Amino acid sequence: MEQFFQQLTNGLAVGSIYALIALGYTMVYGVLKLINFAHSDLFTLGAYLGLTLLTSMSLTDRLGPVWGVLILAVMVMGFVALAGALLDRVAYRPLRESPRLSAVVSALGASIFLQNTVMLIYGARLLVYPSNILPKTVLHLFGLDIPLVRILVLCVSLIMMTGLYLFIQKTRIGTAIRAAAIDQGAARLMGIDVNRVILLVFMLGPSLGGAAGLMVGLYYGQVNFTMGWGYGLKAFTAAILGGIGNIPGAMVGGILLGVIEAMGAAYLSFAWKDAIAFLVLILILIVRPTGLLGERVAEKV
Amino acid sequence: MSIHRKNVLGAVFLAILGLLPLFLNSYWVDVLNSIGIYAILGLSLNLIVGHSGLFNLGHAAFYAVGAYTAAILNTHFHIPVLWLLPLCALTAGLFALVIARPIIHLRGDYLCIVTIGIGEIVRIALINNIFGITGGANGIFGISRPSILGLTLRTPTHFFYLILVFTLLTIFLFHLLEYSRFGRALNFLREDAVAAEGSGINTAHYKLAAFVLGAAWAGMVGNIYAAKMTIISPESFTFWESVLMFAIVILGGSGSIFGVLLGAALIVGLPELFREFASARMLVFGAAMVAMMIFRTQGILPPRPRSYDLFETVEGERKA
Repeated sequence: MEQFFQQLTNGLAVGSIYALIALGYTMVYGVLKLINFAHSDLFTLGAYLGLTLLTSMSLTDRLGPVWGVLILAVMVMGFVALAGALLDRVAYRPLRESPRLSAVVSALGASIFLQNTVMLIYGARLLVYPSNILPKTVLHLFGLDIPLVRILVLCVSLIMMTGLYLFIQKTRIGTAIRAAAIDQGAARLMGIDVNRVILLVFMLGPSLGGAAGLMVGLYYGQVNFTMGWGYGLKAFTAAILGGIGNIPGAMVGGILLGVIEAMGAAYLSFAWKDAIAFLVLILILIVRPTGLLGERVAEKV
Repeated sequence: MSIHRKNVLGAVFLAILGLLPLFLNSYWVDVLNSIGIYAILGLSLNLIVGHSGLFNLGHAAFYAVGAYTAAILNTHFHIPVLWLLPLCALTAGLFALVIARPIIHLRGDYLCIVTIGIGEIVRIALINNIFGITGGANGIFGISRPSILGLTLRTPTHFFYLILVFTLLTIFLFHLLEYSRFGRALNFLREDAVAAEGSGINTAHYKLAAFVLGAAWAGMVGNIYAAKMTIISPESFTFWESVLMFAIVILGGSGSIFGVLLGAALIVGLPELFREFASARMLVFGAAMVAMMIFRTQGILPPRPRSYDLFETVEGERKA
C-alpha cells in the first residue's frame, strides 16, 4: 500500500507537469487546429533558459530561494512567451491560409530547428541544475514519506492552471480566445482581432510550457536537449486523453496520464514505462477520439 | 522533350551512374549506397504520404521489422539473407495491416501522432528484447554476407549494384503503379476523400492497401540494410530516421518519383559534402522544412499534373 501511495503522489507531480505542457498544445489546437510540434522544444528552451539565468545571475543567492525562484520563473516564462510569439510569426502565420498539413510540416521543421539550436548553443551532453535550491525536506503525512518538492510541484501547477482557467473563463480577452476557438470568421465579424488572439495563445501556452521546463529542471536536477520530445509527446497524449481543445480536459488528462504511467512503471514493467503513454494514446484515438471531456464531435473527414 | 530523347538521356545518366564506382573510393560508394537505400525508403513512403496523403511519421518501424526479420531468421536458421526478401516484405506488411486497420480512418494530424507512437513502441520493444529474440539494445550481429550466383557480396561496390538494381526495379514498379487504376484512385482520395467515396472508391480499403504496400517495401529495404551492415540495433530505427524519410518525400516533392530521388540525394548526400558543418545539419534541415512550406509547399520537384494526349490529337486534327 505504501508503494501505491508513493507512486500516486509521484504520478500526480509528474502528471501536473504534463498537464501544464498539455495546456499549450490544447490552446493552440483549439484556436488553430494545429499540432504545435515545436511546443515541446519551447519547453526544453524554458528548462535551459532557467539554468542559464539561475547560474549567471545567481538570483537565489541574492533574493533567497522563494523570491529567487519566483523571479526566475517570471523571467523564463517571459522569454519563452517571446520565443512562442516569434515562432508563430515566422513559422505559422504565413501558413494561415494554406492546407492544414503544410502547417503540420512547418511545425515539425520548427521543432527540429529549435531542438538543434538548443543543442548547438548548450552542447549535446546533459547539464545539471544546482541542487541546493529547492528544500530537501521530506514530509511525514499519513504515515508516508513525501518529499516537499513533489507537493510544491503539484501545488504550483494547480495554481497556474487555475489562473489560466479563470483568465479564459472570466476576462474579456479570455472570451475573445474562446470565441476565436469556436469560429474564427464569426469572431472576426464581432470585432475580434483574431491574429492578436492567436499571438496571445502562442504566448500563454509556451509560457506555461517554459515554466514546466523550469520545474522539470529543478525537480529532476538535469536537462538535456532531447528532453522535450518525450515530455511533449506525453503532454500531447494527455491533451488528447482529456479531449483536445478543452482546457479542463488537458488538466485532467495530464494528471491522469501521470498517474497511469507511474502505476504502470511500478506494477507492470519499468522498462516499458515510455511505451505505456503511447499505448494509451493509440487506444484513446481508436476507442474515443473525442477524449474524456471532449464535447466537440470529431470531424468526419 | 520527346519520349525518345528522354529515354536516351536516362540511359546516359544510368550508364554514368553505373560506372561511378570505378572512379570513386569506397567511402563515396558507400555514400551512394546510403542515398540509394534512402531513395527506396523515400519511394515506399511516397506511396503513403505523397500519393495517398496519409501522414506517416513512423515508417522506421516497418523498416525495422524487415531488418529484424532478416537478421533473426538468418542468424538462427542460416537462411541466406536475400532469400528472405519476400518474407521481410510479408512481415512488415502484415504488421502494418494489423496496426493500420484501426487507425487508418484518423484525420491527418492525428494519424501523424499515432504513427509516431507506433514507431516509438516498436523501438522500445526492440530495446527491451521483446520475445527474447531482438538482442536488446545491442541488437543482432553476425548476419551472414549475401551471395548472388556464387558471388559473395562484400565490398561497397558489390552492394552498390545490388542497391542500384533494386532502386531501378522500385522506380519501374512504382511508376506503373502511379499510372494504374490503383494510383489514380489514391490521388483522387488524397485530393477529395468525400468525392472519391461518392465515385465508388472504397477509401478505407485503398488507404490501407497503400499503407501496407509502402510498409512491405520498407521491410525489403530493411533486409538489404541488414545484409549490408551485418549488424543491426535499435539505434538505426529511431524517430529521426522516420523524420528523415518524411523530409525526403516532402522536400523532394511528394507524389513525384524524381522529386523523391532528388530529395534523397540532397538530404543524404549534401551533408557529406559539408562535413565540417555536420552538427548543424539538422538545424538547416528544420529551417528548410519551414521555408519550404512557406515558399514552395509542393517540394522541389513536384509531380507534373496528369496529362492525356486528347489535346494533342485535337491540335493535330486542326493542323490537318
